[in-house]
Amino acid sequence: MENRLLVSASPHIAHKDSVQKIMFGVVIALLPAAIGGVYFFGAQAAWTIVLAILSAMITEALIEKLTKKPITIADGSAIVTGILLAFNVPPEVPWWIPVIGSAFAIAIGKIPFGGLGYNPMNPALLGRAFLLASWPSHMTIFKVAPRGGSLSGINPHAIVNYGLDAITSATPLNVFKTQRGILSEWRDVLKSGIENPVLQAKANLANNAISQLSDSYANLFWGKVGGCIGETSVFLLLIGALYLIYKRYIGLRIPLTYIGTVALLTWIFAGTEGFFSGDPLFQVLSGGLILGAFFMATDMVTSPVTPKGRVWFGFGCGVITVIIRLVGGYPEGVSYSILLMNLTVPLLDRYTKPKTFGKVEQK
Amino acid sequence: MRLKKLTFKGGVHPHEYKELAEDKAIEVMPAPELVIIPVQQHIGAPAEPVVAVGDEVKIGDVVCQAKGFVSVPSHATVSGTVKAIDPRPHPVGGKVLSIIIENDGKDEWSPDIAFDENYAELDADEMKKRILNAGLAGMGGATFPSHVKLSPPADKPIDTFILNGAECEPYLTADHRLMLEKTRDILEGVKIIMKILGCKNGYIAIENNKPDAVRAMRQAVKEMKMDAEVVSLPVKYPQGAEKQLIKAITNRKVPAGGLPMDVGCLVHNVGTAKAIFDAVSSKKPLIERVVTVTGLGINEPKNVLARIGTPFQNLIDFCGGLKENTIKIVNGGPMMGIAQYTLEVPVIKGTSGILALTEKETALRDPDPCIRCARCVDVCPMNLLPNEMARQIEYDNFEEAHKLGVLDCIECGSCSFVCPSRIRHVHLFKYAKLEITKSLKARA
Ligand code: SF4
Ligand code: SF4
Repeated sequence: MENRLLVSASPHIAHKDSVQKIMFGVVIALLPAAIGGVYFFGAQAAWTIVLAILSAMITEALIEKLTKKPITIADGSAIVTGILLAFNVPPEVPWWIPVIGSAFAIAIGKIPFGGLGYNPMNPALLGRAFLLASWPSHMTIFKVAPRGGSLSGINPHAIVNYGLDAITSATPLNVFKTQRGILSEWRDVLKSGIENPVLQAKANLANNAISQLSDSYANLFWGKVGGCIGETSVFLLLIGALYLIYKRYIGLRIPLTYIGTVALLTWIFAGTEGFFSGDPLFQVLSGGLILGAFFMATDMVTSPVTPKGRVWFGFGCGVITVIIRLVGGYPEGVSYSILLMNLTVPLLDRYTKPKTFGKVEQK
Repeated sequence: MRLKKLTFKGGVHPHEYKELAEDKAIEVMPAPELVIIPVQQHIGAPAEPVVAVGDEVKIGDVVCQAKGFVSVPSHATVSGTVKAIDPRPHPVGGKVLSIIIENDGKDEWSPDIAFDENYAELDADEMKKRILNAGLAGMGGATFPSHVKLSPPADKPIDTFILNGAECEPYLTADHRLMLEKTRDILEGVKIIMKILGCKNGYIAIENNKPDAVRAMRQAVKEMKMDAEVVSLPVKYPQGAEKQLIKAITNRKVPAGGLPMDVGCLVHNVGTAKAIFDAVSSKKPLIERVVTVTGLGINEPKNVLARIGTPFQNLIDFCGGLKENTIKIVNGGPMMGIAQYTLEVPVIKGTSGILALTEKETALRDPDPCIRCARCVDVCPMNLLPNEMARQIEYDNFEEAHKLGVLDCIECGSCSFVCPSRIRHVHLFKYAKLEITKSLKARA
């Protein structure tokens, strides 16, 4: 009997959760949006998701095999990376895009740092950034309209009635960005006093388009809008997010500060009629914000561990997202803002260390 | 009614397994044939043996004497002959010099022990002397000498006494049973403590998973016309940790590195209060205690009144023996107790439980890398960064771990409990504390 007794340090009991359980929990949470992506964009979206997952897992297993390390694909984190990568590419990309993206995510973004737990940046987002830099045309052109909706999310009858068809062959944020650009150009011209009927007509259309965008909340919410495979349906993403919150796999600090910051800043700055004329709801519902805020900014490995650090992290993501959306070169800034904030995590953790219980403030 | 919620930050909710033994009345176990009395059953200097091999002893005779102020004596817990004095495996680790007494079966008591009707009139110093002579050390597991706790320096007056009946460790039910079965003795102990300290506020703190104990205490407090409040606390581990308990009840924060007396508080465990009553009223030394023998690996979980020095094996046999699937034996509770490699170790003054754990409960696994999920940070009642401290210690970076506050860690185990990667935080922290105190001493 006695030599069978195990001796190890306390505590002698443990919570049931494991890394694997958490990762598969995230996979489950991503399922509604994955199914939605396939429903809205068709079979090619399904292929993209499958290839991204396979590529992530095979890359990880292969490298670990070659370097004679334990194979870790059973922990489920490569699957999560694969799904997130697929979620962040347009539905019509060629088959090799998800394959290369996932391989890059794992081979460059994860393994060299020591694998799960050690990577400073979210591997899926790094893979996406690589794809965007290398094949921008594949990554930024959206052609497939979702089943039952339109690319821009503007209702089809409005497109016909207002003659908007010329400017609605892009995602909502794209439309927003270009039309807002036209409006500000038109204002500049107006100020100079020079008559320009062509621009005037364009500006009318732009005004029209932007107000139509603001009427497209329902389409944005359900996902009847163009965009990357997994980012379009706020509804399906929120179902998954609620599951993660219920399981306590994610907290609310990061997503809420992130979304709140975007809402506040876009309300102040993203209007077409000066300060405080923006449409925060449109900004929150469109693009990859919900996906990013609940599933990527909350990535445990690459976000702060301290409660205050998480608030600052969410805030920083929000600020950078809004800056990119309003003045940057891309219509959308969620991925880059999260990647940038990933780099600040060591600093945030260091400077927001909680005060030890009973510690008196020291100068 | 209090408006503030009686709680503290952090903490966890492990499965309790209290149902295994909470309804089992305390059973008196016959004295074993042999008892093993280690000279160290408390924090502080080991006691010095005052008997020799071959000596005859009676129950209650001193077998080792306190050495210095922070030290307590121990007593014979059976009558019989001293068989050996040599190092024996100790439930807190390693081998410790122990006095082995063979029971003659006569159960003869030392003549000094008798109930003194007028004990309540004794002055504080006499009471403290009796407490010291009885060899009392905290029975909740921390085993700090009781008379030392009751002698605060003059510049740290104590105005609040808290009786710790939280028993927040899962599985353990010894204090629960004691509160039900020895309610009045415990409260008499509380009176003695409050008299010694001359303090005004008395609280009896019980987690609300023991409503019957709360009721019994409230009833008895009323009947005895005591000026003390019975507070029912939410169930959360480590509710019974001194600093967390004081925070929950008085909202005072014991300074980091400080003691409860720094905020005018003193905490004693239920078992200790009962023993204090016995010591002061009858000069009865600490020769027995209630031990919860439980866990899914035990055939008949029980609360047992056992002699100090009883080998674990005897207690386990008394409880129907072990099941085949037992993989771990623990002295104390599952969160802070110590795993044993042999059943030869004896029950000591701080042994609140003996757990026989099966694979199902221990959920043992090899550690995975930290995924920075921050659960450990969220649950740490001391507001530390367990993940970061563990990482630094793994790199032997004790200096940094020290800066991160590892010395403030109360080793409650909440961080390891919730860690999905099963990082062995507490193990690392204990190791780092040793290393740091060593190097601090070297520097001083
Ligand atoms: S609970 Fe474990 S995995 Fe999570 S941050 Fe703490 S040490 Fe890392
Ligand atoms: S670091 Fe120490 S005090 Fe904090 S949870 Fe872990 S064991 Fe408890």
